[in-house]
Amino acid sequence: MTTLSDAPKESFRLSMLIYDSRYRSLTIQFVALLGFMLVVAWLVSNTLQNLEALGKPIDFGFFSEPASYDINQRLIDYNSRDSHLRASFVGLLNTLLVAVMGCALATVMGVVIGVMRLSKNWMLSRIMTVYVELFRNVPVLLWIVFFMAILIETLPPPNAFRGETPSASMWLWDSMAVTNRGIYMPEPLFSRGLGDVSFFGAFNISLELIALVVALIAGFWASGRIKARADRIQEATGDRPTTWYLRLAVVVLPFAVILILLGFHLGYPALKGFNFQGGIHMRNSLIALWLALSFYTAAFIAENVRAGILAVSGGQTEAAEALGLRPNRIMSLVVLPQALRVIIPPLISQYLNLTKNSSLAIAVGYMDITGTLGGITMNQTGRELECVLLLMLVYLIISLSISLVMNWYNKRVKLVER
Amino acid sequence: MNKSVFFGALAFVGLAAGASAAATLDDVKARGKLNCGVNTGLVGFAAPDANGVWGGFDVALCRAVAAATLGDASAIEFVPLTGKTRFTALASGEIDMLSRNTTWTFSRDVDLKFEFVGVNYYDGQGFMVPKALGVSSAKDLDGATVCIQTGTTTELNLADFFRVNNISYEPVPIETNAEAQQQYLAGACDVYTTDASGLAATRATFEAPGDHVLLPEIISKEPLGPLVRHGDSEWADIVRWSFNAMVSAEELGITSANVEEMASGTNNPEINRILGTEGNLGEMLGLDAEWAKRIILSVGNYGEVFEKNLGEATPIGLARGLNAQWTDGGLLYSPPFR
Repeated sequence: MTTLSDAPKESFRLSMLIYDSRYRSLTIQFVALLGFMLVVAWLVSNTLQNLEALGKPIDFGFFSEPASYDINQRLIDYNSRDSHLRASFVGLLNTLLVAVMGCALATVMGVVIGVMRLSKNWMLSRIMTVYVELFRNVPVLLWIVFFMAILIETLPPPNAFRGETPSASMWLWDSMAVTNRGIYMPEPLFSRGLGDVSFFGAFNISLELIALVVALIAGFWASGRIKARADRIQEATGDRPTTWYLRLAVVVLPFAVILILLGFHLGYPALKGFNFQGGIHMRNSLIALWLALSFYTAAFIAENVRAGILAVSGGQTEAAEALGLRPNRIMSLVVLPQALRVIIPPLISQYLNLTKNSSLAIAVGYMDITGTLGGITMNQTGRELECVLLLMLVYLIISLSISLVMNWYNKRVKLVER
Repeated sequence: MNKSVFFGALAFVGLAAGASAAATLDDVKARGKLNCGVNTGLVGFAAPDANGVWGGFDVALCRAVAAATLGDASAIEFVPLTGKTRFTALASGEIDMLSRNTTWTFSRDVDLKFEFVGVNYYDGQGFMVPKALGVSSAKDLDGATVCIQTGTTTELNLADFFRVNNISYEPVPIETNAEAQQQYLAGACDVYTTDASGLAATRATFEAPGDHVLLPEIISKEPLGPLVRHGDSEWADIVRWSFNAMVSAEELGITSANVEEMASGTNNPEINRILGTEGNLGEMLGLDAEWAKRIILSVGNYGEVFEKNLGEATPIGLARGLNAQWTDGGLLYSPPFR
């Protein structure tokens, strides 16, 4: 006779939420979440209530009012009668400009310094060690102010270029003026311009630029087709046709033809009145910020690169040497591609750091979004909370976009297992 | 236990939030110190001396209020503020009053929820250029690079001035007066613009002040004055009448030298009311009878403060001009003490 019986039926009792180890962790998590949400709700309602008491309820209406202040560096048209929204946008573009320039320079410098730090040349590797330690151990704000001070104090003011025997002269066959107000460079001009095309009525992009970019893209596409054809012929016959001149021609010729058709020439800066006029003016606030951010971040990137290279086992290098590859090629063909897997994730956070550090721009009077939206606009309208919240949102979006792009790139280069 | 701590904290924060809304005088008395917002450093208006003691025209007003409320003109925590940080500091309650050459404008008074209690310096925006530049009028400044303190009304006036006169300029925004000075002296900007008094004060600190000129144009009205938060009128009254006491004292001839003598009684009832020997004005303010006497005793009357910090005997060398008493053709005019 079997004595098997059903397991006793479990009935759920409320006390099990605490005494039953299966449910306890859930209960604790639920209570903690509830408490957290209560605290957040209380903070929000407290803020709103206090703002109400101050007579400053949240209101974004000020964005459509005229900003009434001027901004020196504008990538899009702007004057003091435009709205606060447009002023913020001018600031945003300035932030993006210095972030992109900074990331590019920091990457190049970081890779070079990181590789040189591992050099067998004792002198070189020691110098790079000093560089890295010096830059990453001093706050970036000090570097920014320091670079600015150097630019202002050492370079000649524009009126030093004046007179019969000027104490300063222009560089590169009188085409570039380096002053303590920034660098004036020749600008590309078109005597038969095509005009601008307006986007959403908000900003203009010149048709010349679009034409040139289209020509370049088409050129590279055609060049790619020629290469593919050469590959096919090589696979079929074993002979590779010489195509370098064709590939060069399809890129350069259309570009050059368009330049000539548009009447391309350079506009040189010239001393007129108080300042140099004409040409591209790269302000020293931008230069100081750009160099300081790049030099500072490059020190961190160099360490990431060094770590990445050291992570590739020495056997790889030896094997490549055994195949007869030269050191340069070993680095670019064998070591770096594998090191990238290790380098890129920390590189992403360095890019984010650089972008966020660019908010120190006001120290040198560079009008980034912190200087416009979070500076003058906030100060003139007195809408601190709105401006700061929006500013945080903008930086969040920029950072998340950088992460997104870099993560996509990371997925592409990481080790693919088959 | 945990619960009670949480609710305790909640209740405390709630109380703190409620208390900071009113009764600034009680807060100041409880603290034993006045938190006064001043310039980060503008000689003549607010700057620490070699011993770290703050002095200047704006600082004197802080000292006057501290003398009136706490009986000690040195019981002050000076909070140096830039043009950008000053309003947030006042609105958040970090400081009790702001005395930092701040222009009284409609939007600051109404929209930013502040209360300007008076005008202690009638100023206007001017331009300073090196003499060597050979400029004699602000209208000649087409294409010039202009250094300007960001977060001030001067920034807006400048934009309007150049736009209305249809000339161009390159603004170089700067955080503090010291940085502006550095850039201006290095020639990184042709022009420095701010309130004319500030320009004079800045020029006084140069090695060769004679090499720089102030242009004749004054492009704006800049009534500078002390301000407090909206919502505590009693406190605003105290700051307002502390200032008025200094102005009236000059008009009535009360000085730091003769205040003791006058406090023993004069035949001018207004002097007696100010100095507390007649009537109960101090009590109405929530202070004692000798509040104004202490102000005059510790900082002096308006004229004394002006001459000591900005006057023609100082390196800054400003004339009284609009800031003379109304009886001398100026704009200073205190309401009567009665």
